[in-house]
Amino acid sequence: MNKRLMPYYLMTVPAVVLFFIFLTLPALQGVYYSFTNWNGFGDHYDFIGLKNYVNLFKDGNVGNAYWFTFKFAVVVTILINILSLLIAMGLNAKIKARNFFRGIYFLPNILSVLIVGYIFNYLFSNVFTIWGQNLGIGWLSTNLLGSEQHAWIGIVIVAVWQGVAYNTILYLAGLQTIPGTLYEASNLDGASRWQEFWKITFPLIAPFFTINMVLAMKNSLMVFDQIVALTNGGPGRATQSISHLIYTGGFEGGEFAYQSANSVIYFILIAAVSIAQIRFLQRREAEM
Amino acid sequence: MRTRTNWPVMILIALGTVLILFPLYMTVTIALKSPQDMLASVFGLPKELHFENFANAIAMTNFFNALGNSAMVTTATVVLTLLTNSLVAYAIARNMNRRFFKGLYFYFISAMFIPFPIIMLPLVKLTAGLNMTNLVGLTILHTVYALAFNVFVYVGYIKSIPVALEEAARVDGTSTWGTFWRIIFPIMAPINATVGILICLSTYNDFLLPLIIISDTDSYTLPLVQYIFQGQFNTEFNLAFASYLMAMLPMIIIYLFAQKWIINGITQGAVK
Repeated sequence: MNKRLMPYYLMTVPAVVLFFIFLTLPALQGVYYSFTNWNGFGDHYDFIGLKNYVNLFKDGNVGNAYWFTFKFAVVVTILINILSLLIAMGLNAKIKARNFFRGIYFLPNILSVLIVGYIFNYLFSNVFTIWGQNLGIGWLSTNLLGSEQHAWIGIVIVAVWQGVAYNTILYLAGLQTIPGTLYEASNLDGASRWQEFWKITFPLIAPFFTINMVLAMKNSLMVFDQIVALTNGGPGRATQSISHLIYTGGFEGGEFAYQSANSVIYFILIAAVSIAQIRFLQRREAEM
Repeated sequence: MRTRTNWPVMILIALGTVLILFPLYMTVTIALKSPQDMLASVFGLPKELHFENFANAIAMTNFFNALGNSAMVTTATVVLTLLTNSLVAYAIARNMNRRFFKGLYFYFISAMFIPFPIIMLPLVKLTAGLNMTNLVGLTILHTVYALAFNVFVYVGYIKSIPVALEEAARVDGTSTWGTFWRIIFPIMAPINATVGILICLSTYNDFLLPLIIISDTDSYTLPLVQYIFQGQFNTEFNLAFASYLMAMLPMIIIYLFAQKWIINGITQGAVK
């Protein structure tokens, strides 16, 4: 081995070993267990082939968790991106106390998701209901989170409230890369605000749009803390996300191997969605 | 034309902050009220300040113990991450033309796409077997999991540092290690700040990893304490909110002082 390279190998080897032990190995083990019927604590288990995978497709709870998670993720991703782009444009405009407002809008991002969830849990059950009753709005006068039909909206609200902060800052960074002279030129040409946005602003922040879409989607597909704090998957299983199902089924329900199979499917889906998003959005970037 | 204040936008932005601040206003006021105060008015300011809510919450959740644990894990993770992850990234960045290091680079960053639930179940078995169900284990895991993203960010940054700097040092007889610690690491201060801030926030606020790893109540971190005691707070909202507020306070204080840094750091980290 090249002597000059030796220090470099020494620098990386411990990291490779730890990375393999704590990330790659568990991932491989998860795949391995997904072909067994291990419950997670006994010594004995058998290989059952693809049976877990077959059962996953027949399992109503699993289907329900996937439906909830994807519905949630799509709605949250769209809302977060629209709102954060609007806020970022507002924060980029000529306003007073700009840094103060930036500070406020970014604040939710530094708070614990779990605690924010608990705070909103109280607001949904004890505060918003008062407004609902006073204003005579039916769906707001009872706890939103207690309704099997509407509880997911409550989780969307909390996820958006917190998620917008991060994406706003990224969009703001994107907007600041656009030279002001472009707007001056379009002003002279008599372009409307609307044209300005679609012809200048939006195309030029395309890479930031890609990052924000992918990040928001990935984060919301992994939703866990909010579920624990707001509904614990209920009422019934109306708001059980995939990661929440893997956690409860795997650790508390004795479904270790079964949920391992679920994890494998979950991983494939997240990877596929992320890659598809990046490909599609980057092609769009190039075309613009 | 463009230099004048845009009042309509300004007003909308100002109104929007109400949506951000309202939940926080509620948190602070509820934490300071008594149950009787709450019955009188949920939204109003407290009639008198009930600081005993904080005292009771501290006693009930063993707050200072959890704060100590969170502070310890967060500090140790930040220090360990900055020292180790930058070193690994340096070795990779300076040898990207070699197949081994290039392969390592992609091996590490591919983990960014692995959702935590995939490794969660086997990881619990593994950490129990290795006696890592404690704060030390938590620190190590946070540091290892940070590597994927950090290698990505650091390598990008190190590439922009001219190699000539190191060659000069090497001619003077400095070893590769010496070159890293004395020349490269100090130059990396801005990116270290970014990485440090991101790791600090994610470690301090992390809930899922401690939830599955930590079994001993003495080792609970702050989010874990809020979770475990949630059941007991069922009717005592004032105590619960005092406890939430105290748990969030350290990061809010840090944010007040380092706001500009944090926002810049987050931007850089993600855009790199």
